Amino acid sequence: MKPPILSCETVHAVQLTLNGVKRSARAEPRLLLTDFLRGSLGATGTHVGCEHGVCGACTVHIDGVAARACLTLAVQCDGRRIDTVEGLADGDGRLSDLQDAFRRHHALQCGFCTAGILMSCVDWLGRISEPSEAEVRAMLSGHLCRCTGYTPIVAAVLEVAHARVAKKADRSA
Amino acid sequence: MVAAPTEALGYWLKPPRFDYARADDPQAAIELLAEHGEDARILAGGQSLIAILNMRLAQPKLLIDISRSSVLGIVAVEKNFLAIGAAATQSSIEARPRLAHEVPLLAQALPHISHLQIRNRGTVCGSLAHADPSAELPLVLLALEGDVVLASSARQRRLAASDFFTGMLTTARAPDELLAAVHYPLAEPGAGHAFAEFSLRHGDYAVCAVAVVARKSGLRIAVGGVADRPSARNFPPLDGSALDDALNEFAWSLDARDDPMVSAVARRALVRNLGRRAVQEAQHNARTA
Repeated sequence: MKPPILSCETVHAVQLTLNGVKRSARAEPRLLLTDFLRGSLGATGTHVGCEHGVCGACTVHIDGVAARACLTLAVQCDGRRIDTVEGLADGDGRLSDLQDAFRRHHALQCGFCTAGILMSCVDWLGRISEPSEAEVRAMLSGHLCRCTGYTPIVAAVLEVAHARVAKKADRSA
Repeated sequence: MVAAPTEALGYWLKPPRFDYARADDPQAAIELLAEHGEDARILAGGQSLIAILNMRLAQPKLLIDISRSSVLGIVAVEKNFLAIGAAATQSSIEARPRLAHEVPLLAQALPHISHLQIRNRGTVCGSLAHADPSAELPLVLLALEGDVVLASSARQRRLAASDFFTGMLTTARAPDELLAAVHYPLAEPGAGHAFAEFSLRHGDYAVCAVAVVARKSGLRIAVGGVADRPSARNFPPLDGSALDDALNEFAWSLDARDDPMVSAVARRALVRNLGRRAVQEAQHNARTA
């Protein structure tokens, strides 16, 4: 059966789950997920940098996996789960362990790249429990930060990784 | 349905206008290709295509999105190759627990491909169809003498890597064909493999990349990033100055060009040096295999 063709001339309903909440808006096929999140849904936590996949500022989770929102069409996300930086702190505004470590280590200055870096780290730390510094730096190579020189970011990520392992060991002891 | 959302949203849209169809069924994708031909582009991971659209370097009329096709996402070990469907992401291959035994060159090359966040969406077949001369996956396919499966409404054909890559961003895929799957040959007993790459930053395009298969019968050396497509040559078993001479001659045959970042002289030096390093590592791996 041939699938429907969404015309470039009109807008089409896109419904997705943003940080656990069902949201919908209309988009023409060429609208990028970055602009859909920021312009159509008002979720401006996701930043837009290079718009061709290099800088990493727009990194979000698509069905739980870190990916570039600027290389994704809004219509591709119909029915999918999108998580952004706005979903990291809990309902009372308490920072997640990773956000708190970034604050304490001064892992951000202007903050423009931070939303994307946090989303990459959340996905990655879920897969790799005891990363080396070299592995953290390889993961961060997908992000450009012009303020920090990366070292405080690496320190924050390593601290959270170690703390999570210690907490797990404590629980199972 | 209202028109002209661009103005309504108050910002510029980067890509040009195109229609969009989500084809979860491969047959539907093939039928759409048959109907729209050159006006259509397959959208898999989009990690090259959407960047190109954002820069308006291409103006397709229709995007056929296969990224959510479970059939095209199938990855399986068959007879003597690893078959990877058109929608399978690079990350999904990288995460295979036995990849280093199945296709060692893929395991060695995958971490060089861009960044984790890109590999999460980017597909193996998409990289092959895009055919960037500095890309790792075409180079590995050529080194291993694998092939691609091209499917159209009229026929399905298998094409060897050496016949598939025809030039800069150009392949032998006909406009009505879907690159449905790729076959990466499994490691043969006694063979050793190595991959070496130089790029200006980790994850950046390869200035030069070399993939080597070392067998008792001889060497197969493939070089990417220098010519307009990856190129491979077979050699008898070589070492010492004979290897240096062979690599030097290979380097000169690739018609390296100067660009604003890297000179042709440097590229030839990279072919010689990365080549020597990769050959020695592959020979070592063959001995310990």
